[in-house]
Amino acid sequence: MVEEEGFRRYVAHFILWIGIAIVAFPVYIAIVASTQDNALIANGQMSLLPGGHFFEVYYQTIFVGTSGSTREPVGNMMLNSLVMALLIAVGKIAISIISAYAIVYFRFPFRMPIFWIIFVTLMLPVEVRIYPTYKIVADLRMLDSYAGLSLPLIASATATLLFRQFFMTVPDELLEASRIDGAGPLRFFWDTLLPLSRTNMAALFVILFILGWNQYLWPLLITTRDDMQTIQVGIRKMITTTDALTEWPIVMATAVLAMLPPVFVVVVMQKLFVRGLVETEK
Amino acid sequence: MQKQAVFQAKLLPYALVAPQLAIVLIFFYWPALQAVIQSFLLQDAFGLSTSFVWFDNYIELFTDAAYFEAIVRTFFFSFAIAVSSLSLALLLAVMADKPLRGSMLYRTLLIWPYAVAPPVVGVLWIFMLHPSLGVLSRYLRGMGIDWNPLLDGDQAAALIILAAAWKQISYNFLFFLAGLQAIPKSVFEAAAIDGARPMRRFWTVTFPLLSPTIFFLLVVNIVYAFFDTFGIIDTMTRGGPGKSTETLVYKVYSDGLLGGNLGSSAAQSVILMVMVIVLTGIQFRFVERKVTY
Repeated sequence: MVEEEGFRRYVAHFILWIGIAIVAFPVYIAIVASTQDNALIANGQMSLLPGGHFFEVYYQTIFVGTSGSTREPVGNMMLNSLVMALLIAVGKIAISIISAYAIVYFRFPFRMPIFWIIFVTLMLPVEVRIYPTYKIVADLRMLDSYAGLSLPLIASATATLLFRQFFMTVPDELLEASRIDGAGPLRFFWDTLLPLSRTNMAALFVILFILGWNQYLWPLLITTRDDMQTIQVGIRKMITTTDALTEWPIVMATAVLAMLPPVFVVVVMQKLFVRGLVETEK
Repeated sequence: MQKQAVFQAKLLPYALVAPQLAIVLIFFYWPALQAVIQSFLLQDAFGLSTSFVWFDNYIELFTDAAYFEAIVRTFFFSFAIAVSSLSLALLLAVMADKPLRGSMLYRTLLIWPYAVAPPVVGVLWIFMLHPSLGVLSRYLRGMGIDWNPLLDGDQAAALIILAAAWKQISYNFLFFLAGLQAIPKSVFEAAAIDGARPMRRFWTVTFPLLSPTIFFLLVVNIVYAFFDTFGIIDTMTRGGPGKSTETLVYKVYSDGLLGGNLGSSAAQSVILMVMVIVLTGIQFRFVERKVTY
């Protein structure tokens, strides 16, 4: 081990704390602003210390919404985001694990072409096919629905690749053993492969949940009804009106509420998060 | 690619790939194909008739100064975001890689912004640097800077770059730290025994060994700056003032939203598609190198 001299160690601690301060400062300001009086903030007189309006502001944000005409309780937006994020995460894992299973454990005509068809979608992010996709979802009458919010995002080349890679490392003896026991392909998948994939599924779930919760462009396009808004879209609408009318404490409380679930997931399930992130990017 | 031991079944494998295949074909390939077809068509102002115009939409785009500016702007943003975010993240990762007390705590405190959504990042930063009520704007004005990113295009661009780089620090930090931890410690010891001082050790040993990670992150950051900044731009500046923060993706969105030229919007999408294909190709080539360095 290369020894660090005392002075250099202090410098390292110091730089790291500066980094943490840079990273945390905007969020600290948001939390502080969400506990203050709007008039004070609008005048540019915001204090850098928490104010006394915490309960009032968060109560209004979650259960009532802004005072504007497009009033929508943020609690409802969070519910929409939660449903969307869960549908996307669970949907991606489910359809990817079964297609990876088919590709690895069966031999059938068009196996490789199908694999490539799935793989190439990596190169077709929603941003490059915005309006045609919108049109299809509109034609299928899925605007303003959970199906419309989640289905077009549910395919996953990354997840399929990941499961394929993992299945390749599962020893063949397991398959032979379960075959001797008289298990068919579905039994083997359910009793042997799924339990082995648990950690991979969990790591993937953490990443996909965050990605789903943080979706923005797609929900922005296909939701027109206020009660179908996700929180990311809702927060943008809160600052559309002229500046003077923006209720900043509520906007900031919404920002804090929008960050809470994914940040909680990262901090609490850090090991799975890091694993999932590194694996999906490989 | 495949197992030696496999199951024999005729229909089951197709049933297993069917859901994914259906979604991919309906929501990925069909719209992409539509975009390609649309990009060769010209629709009249009322949408009554369409005619096939070959590459006219593309030619129009590439002779349009505004589109050219959007390309240059997007690349400039990507470069600025990548360089600022990568250098700060590398500094922090090198510090966090040292045998310090509480290094796990440091890691936790530095990685969580990964989870903050781009539109929220935009809201946080526009609030801090809002011309009339921002907490930081007071200090900027105190320093004699006429700060108003809602009117000044350069300041708006700086704000977008700052916010986008901030969000990306945690991601880059995490991958740099993983890259550093993968370098065997004996390499540093050898360099130390040879009498190399810490700064020299960094530039002659750490940096070259880290270059695959740096390259990988560079590509990821460019892709991020291309696509994921949409939410940041949309909540902060909406591409304005003027067009000073309009990136390529934002332009596809706003051109199509105004219901204007569908053919041009489609051609822009196709150009973006080609860029993604190139970037993904580069990424895959270098990922292989990353594994074998």
